[in-house]
Amino acid sequence: MSKHQHNEVLDTEPTHHESHIVSPKIYGMIFGALLLGTGLTVAASYANFGVFNAVVAIAIACTKAVLVILFFMHVKYSSRLTKLTVAAGFFTFLVLITMSMTDYISRAWGLW
Amino acid sequence: MDSQAIATQPGVHDAHAEHEHAPHLRHHFESVEQQREASSFGMWLFLLTEIMFFGGLFTAYLIYRNWYYPAFVVGSHQLSIFLGTLNTAVLICSSFTMAMGVHASELRKRKELVGWLVATFVLGCVFLGIKAVEYHEKWEKHHVPGLNFSVQDFTHPTDAEEKPLPMDMAQKTQVYFSLYFAMTGMHALHMIIGVSILLILIVQAWGGMYTQGHMTTIENFGLYWHFVDIVWIFLFPLLYLISRHQ
Repeated sequence: MSKHQHNEVLDTEPTHHESHIVSPKIYGMIFGALLLGTGLTVAASYANFGVFNAVVAIAIACTKAVLVILFFMHVKYSSRLTKLTVAAGFFTFLVLITMSMTDYISRAWGLW
Repeated sequence: MDSQAIATQPGVHDAHAEHEHAPHLRHHFESVEQQREASSFGMWLFLLTEIMFFGGLFTAYLIYRNWYYPAFVVGSHQLSIFLGTLNTAVLICSSFTMAMGVHASELRKRKELVGWLVATFVLGCVFLGIKAVEYHEKWEKHHVPGLNFSVQDFTHPTDAEEKPLPMDMAQKTQVYFSLYFAMTGMHALHMIIGVSILLILIVQAWGGMYTQGHMTTIENFGLYWHFVDIVWIFLFPLLYLISRHQ
């Protein structure tokens, strides 16, 4: 693909907020998925996965959060600026949490 | 530039009449789309500061949970999974009604918009009511650090399945309950602010304010409401669920 063509592909993405109306059907489906996720996470908490209980719970929570952000908060249909802003925010948050945890883990973790 | 300076410049004041534009378009924006994009961008920047704020609380929870693990396990056993699940469902329903409200605003349907906003308001109040019931139970069981706390339940548990904790670790359940109240309390505060704003929006929407093309306020409030929902989506498993088997 030539550079020119590549740019044309990029240009088809909205660079500003276009009024894209999400249909109630999609909202309904996301709503169902979120309730299903809630049921799933409660059911999973009654099963014993050992240390993985926390991992499963957080994985389900992240999935639900992504659904809310993409569809209810319209990020899927938003401009590149909004997408970049949201992604940068979460990335920075992960960096902060990882750095804090790195510090704590490297200081005699578990020997208090 | 103050208003007087504008008045002394010939032509500037008349500029308003010269071109057609939507009444809600501010003069420093080129188009309605640009205005909408700018306000949505600003709202997201605010929400990012909120992520950092709640992120600090979540990080504190993570670290203390690992430090005082047995205390956090028995502490979380004191919460009601039923009420927590119910509240999660209520909040998800309210997010759905809010999304439908934004939809109604886009389609310029006044009565539908008011209906969805009222539904969101009611569900928000139900959530706060259930939360109040939970807080009241904590008070009755003497699980409120600083005001009304006793280690009795943790040093001499009535539940046969619960192992008694040594005194020093039992005291650390206060850290769990402090974080419980800090996190759910900050979340509840956001809900209280949310339903208060909703009340104003309902009155304004009834007057037809958000069904004539201008809807960024409804849209941005929707973003806020969904964000508060997301915070709860993480609070619920972390506080109520993940220590059931330890």
